[in-house]
Amino acid sequence: MKLLDRKALVIAALGASAFLAGCEMPPPDVVQNGYRGLGMHTNYNPRLLQASLDANVPPEPIPAASAGGPKAKDLYKNVQVLGELTVGEFNRLMVAMTTWVAPEQGCYYCHVNEGFEYDGIYTKVTARRMLQMTQDTNANWKDHVAATGVTCYTCHRGKPVPEYVWVTDPGPGQPSMLAPTGQNIAAKSVAYSSLPYDPFTPFLSQDNNIRVIGDTALPQGNRNSIKQAEWTYGLMMHMSDALGVNCTYCHNSRSFYSWDQSAPQRTTAWYAIRHVREMNNDYVTPLGEVLPASRKGPLGDPYKIYCATCHQGAYKPLYGASMLKDYPSLAQPLPEGGLEAVKAAAEAAAPVEVQAMAEPAVEAPAPAPAAAPAPVAAPEAVAPQYPPAAPMQYPPAPAPR
Amino acid sequence: MAEYQNIFTRVQVREPAYPGVDLPKGELPRLGTPIFNYWIGKIGDAQIGPIYLGWAGIASLICGFIAFEIIGLNMLASVDWSPIEFIKNLFWLALEPPPPAYGLSIPPLGDGGWWLMAGFFLTASIILWWIRTYQRAIALGTGTHVAWAFAAAIFFYLCLGFIRPVLMGSWGEAVPFGIFPHLDWTAAISIRYGNFYYNPFHALSIAFLYGSAVLFAMHGGTILAASRYGADREIDQITDRGTAAERAALLWRWTMGFNATMESIHRWAWWFAVLTVITAGIGILLTGTVVENWYLWGIKHGMVAPYPSEITVQDPTLLQGVSQ
Repeated sequence: MKLLDRKALVIAALGASAFLAGCEMPPPDVVQNGYRGLGMHTNYNPRLLQASLDANVPPEPIPAASAGGPKAKDLYKNVQVLGELTVGEFNRLMVAMTTWVAPEQGCYYCHVNEGFEYDGIYTKVTARRMLQMTQDTNANWKDHVAATGVTCYTCHRGKPVPEYVWVTDPGPGQPSMLAPTGQNIAAKSVAYSSLPYDPFTPFLSQDNNIRVIGDTALPQGNRNSIKQAEWTYGLMMHMSDALGVNCTYCHNSRSFYSWDQSAPQRTTAWYAIRHVREMNNDYVTPLGEVLPASRKGPLGDPYKIYCATCHQGAYKPLYGASMLKDYPSLAQPLPEGGLEAVKAAAEAAAPVEVQAMAEPAVEAPAPAPAAAPAPVAAPEAVAPQYPPAAPMQYPPAPAPR
Repeated sequence: MAEYQNIFTRVQVREPAYPGVDLPKGELPRLGTPIFNYWIGKIGDAQIGPIYLGWAGIASLICGFIAFEIIGLNMLASVDWSPIEFIKNLFWLALEPPPPAYGLSIPPLGDGGWWLMAGFFLTASIILWWIRTYQRAIALGTGTHVAWAFAAAIFFYLCLGFIRPVLMGSWGEAVPFGIFPHLDWTAAISIRYGNFYYNPFHALSIAFLYGSAVLFAMHGGTILAASRYGADREIDQITDRGTAAERAALLWRWTMGFNATMESIHRWAWWFAVLTVITAGIGILLTGTVVENWYLWGIKHGMVAPYPSEITVQDPTLLQGVSQ
């Protein structure tokens, strides 16, 4: 009997240890971001947070280029986006891009033997378009990226293809007599919930309605279904996972839809969704024309952007470190006269800064794709045919009667 | 004495296996030769079997098996018949109700039709099992309390999967068959309809559910504690109150002023259990049909506590000059 007790004790201890092994070591760091008592907290495991902080350090900036000198467009051929930069600034940015995007492959990842101006390789065409996207982002989406801005490194982190990208997910193959539901698989994209595993196609490429909650106390014709709510929920799971925060970082969980109870971060996220959608539709998807199959998903759509692409687990990419301030040539589409002109305009606008901010004057001068002298077609072209015909999202239920 | 102060049952009464009284003519026989199991005896009667199924029981098992197979095979098909993926994703897999666009029409088999069919057979199975519980109670000459408590649970099940979807005009409102999917559905219905926290019937159901647990602990504890004085004969002591009943009553009277009786405590427990599912069903039936957003409904009726907000955030879609 004694022996049995001792054995039982050992087994119980082992069981308890195995059970507790799944727990995180206390105490967590708690950051309050709402009124007290509401549980509007962000919880951090100090050990994991430290690892994330260490992994999200921007590289040292390259020393600034000496001022003056000829324009890049006058010295080099086929410089469509950065032509207004001085040669020194231009080359500095090229070196920076190489270390950010293709540190191992080097210049030849984009520039091939036919000459530096040669556009016959998809990486060069893509890089040009991505430069335009970065400039557009920093100039016109300050509601999302603020003055911190983004650079190539924000997403690429030394890799030619950013680590976190998405493609339209056709799901596991299944017999043709079963209509795909788009959910109920252990999927990392929605933090291993059973929610729809590709909420990106309907919301970050197409502009389906994300709001499903009724805003009246009694029913007044909102036919959004519970299934529809699961698609929204899936997108929210991704956002939460990508930013390393929980629901209450933006929402007051007692009323998810109420803006007047939400944290200001929700506004940023609202603009972010529109921003990401625009980047995917205006910049990334049209590149499907030139990108090889290795940069595309099973349905032929290119690797696209979602929250994790830049955020990578941090509530602000690189925990808010601004690299843009060291690379002003990425801050906006370059006007005639290059950075000097930008600086002069900023100084002229300084006294009436408030007004200049309110006015969306930085109207992106739609980067005119100069007739490419290359065999590759201009990037702006018809998007490839995706998503597939199968309904990826549920239309609302018909009104009763 | 110490027998009653253990977590597990210390007393195992062993007697020759009892097959039960003879069944009336025309009834199916009881199945199985009785066996005894020491470990089962730790948590209940050590005798296992025989079991009586009868026609209702057999029909129930058949319907249940059909539903189980439809659900399982649909899950297997959804991972392209891969047994490895099936096991890997078992907790995630589901048989989903039809997309809402079908309304209450009969959808194709592969687009929710199988769900309807599985639901039909599962419901048939459950109702047949209910018939069995009712018939066994009658056959044994007991009351039908258990059958009616089970019926309350069936009412809740029907609210979720049948009555509310019909009221809403869409099968798509119903619960999917699946482990995590039905849990995600539970979260999603609360979010979609503005937070069940402010649904008073949800609150009542939780109160009865937690209350059931408290009552169970109080009653179980009281009877075990007083069994040395004969509380094990608790039903006897309803009318023939002995020292166990007296001491158990005094414990609670002295602790909290009021005490139940040997009879009424069982009525308390039965009603708490039954009201858990009845109130839950009412809460479900009101959602989407009568109330669209429980949080706003709560504001309307003064249930929502206000608190100061330092920063008021505005809906960007309401700001001028913002593209959607």
